[in-house]
Amino acid sequence: MDLNLDAPHSMGTTIIGVTYNGGVVLGADSRTSTGMYVANRASDKITQLTDNVYVCRSGSAADSQVVSDYVRYFLHQHTIQLGQPATVKVSANLIRMLAYNNKNMLQTGLIVGGWDKYEGGKIYGVPLGGTVVEQPFAIGGSGSSYLYGFFDQAWKENMTKEEAEQLVVKAVSLAIARDGASGGVVRTVIINSEGVTRNFYPGDKLQLWHEELEPQNSLLDILNAAGPEPMAI
Amino acid sequence: MTFTIPIDNGDALKNAETDSQRTLYPYVTGTSIVAIKYKEGVLMASDMGGSYGSTLRYKNIERVKAIGKHSLLGASGEISDFQEILRYLDELVLNDNMWDDGNSLGPKEVHNYLTRVMYNRRNKFNPLWNTLVLGGVKNGQSYLGMVSMIGVSFEDNHVATGFGNHLARPILRDEWHADLSFEDGVKLLEKCMRVLLYRDRSAINKLQISKITEEGVTVSQPYSLKTFWEFQAFHNPTAGAQGSW
Repeated sequence: MDLNLDAPHSMGTTIIGVTYNGGVVLGADSRTSTGMYVANRASDKITQLTDNVYVCRSGSAADSQVVSDYVRYFLHQHTIQLGQPATVKVSANLIRMLAYNNKNMLQTGLIVGGWDKYEGGKIYGVPLGGTVVEQPFAIGGSGSSYLYGFFDQAWKENMTKEEAEQLVVKAVSLAIARDGASGGVVRTVIINSEGVTRNFYPGDKLQLWHEELEPQNSLLDILNAAGPEPMAI
Repeated sequence: MTFTIPIDNGDALKNAETDSQRTLYPYVTGTSIVAIKYKEGVLMASDMGGSYGSTLRYKNIERVKAIGKHSLLGASGEISDFQEILRYLDELVLNDNMWDDGNSLGPKEVHNYLTRVMYNRRNKFNPLWNTLVLGGVKNGQSYLGMVSMIGVSFEDNHVATGFGNHLARPILRDEWHADLSFEDGVKLLEKCMRVLLYRDRSAINKLQISKITEEGVTVSQPYSLKTFWEFQAFHNPTAGAQGSW
């Protein structure tokens, strides 16, 4: 089996950003792969840029990390000079600037989400190439291929915070079920006027999908629980 | 303002990627733009799609924008490059306004500026991956022109980009005439857009028609076209040749 441990670290990934009535919910899986090997099964792909703006990272782990670091640095300076928190739009634009001007070298798709006092909760998608698209919700990463149909059906405007988070967790979970490059736990970050909340949903707390079975400690438990003829078919 | 991440490994020869920056291929693309001159000015039609390869990824992208008071710019091709062009034009219009002399950039000037930008980028082997349509009216004169990513630039009474060249222009060559009314112009564009919807895989059924006249620019709300599928031959494709596919 060719593990190719020298392959670049790539976050196959499923990332999601959703606006709701009052803020945004960002969600992501936690798998980082090096070729076929899972280098990190509990990565945190939702990265802080400022107190009120976060970014979901997909694609090359290195590229997305260095872009986030530069943008965090620029935003820090900008906040000092501005004298107040940076807006989500400015954050998205800085991401765009790096993504566009280095489009030949970078391979990372990002979703910027946050809350500011002027526009409220906003989500901006920055795919490969450096286009910026403001959207009521955004999906990205390899796992997102499996979610276009889901969101076409399940998305609606003006959800509550709870509805939005449930939607995000369900979606990431569905993507993990079908995308080999996504897996691990589901992390969410909720940003609104009150602040930021991080949540953690391990695999065993998620709903089971088609052809998935309830996890057990051992076959022995099944055998002991059943009657005298447990191996009969 | 640009920012390129500095890379210092000392060996410029090995690092061909960094010092010969070039756009190799587009990522998020817009499909055809179709535009015609009509009685009061110019009409331009575009759908609101942004494709990512074969995926119809974005369905709310505005690919036609007003430039200054007298022009309309439509773009097909890489959306990030179109967004960058809009930033260049913002600066151009700003500097034009700063003269504060009552004069304002007309469509001819904007078209010329864009032609220079596109051609010079082509010469550096780093094109902006777009085909642009520039329409406008100034002092009663209608103007409609096009610039491609390799710097080919011309004016005409009707223009189209991408698939539109092959599917829409033949219709326009046949049915366009001078002094079309607004209603006839819109119907003609819709005829073209419907054909594109049937036959262009990257077209989506959500379009906007933009109008520019001496009075100014109007961009319609997004809307969808009805399509026709009730041909007998569609219901029974193999009726005439049983057993065929």
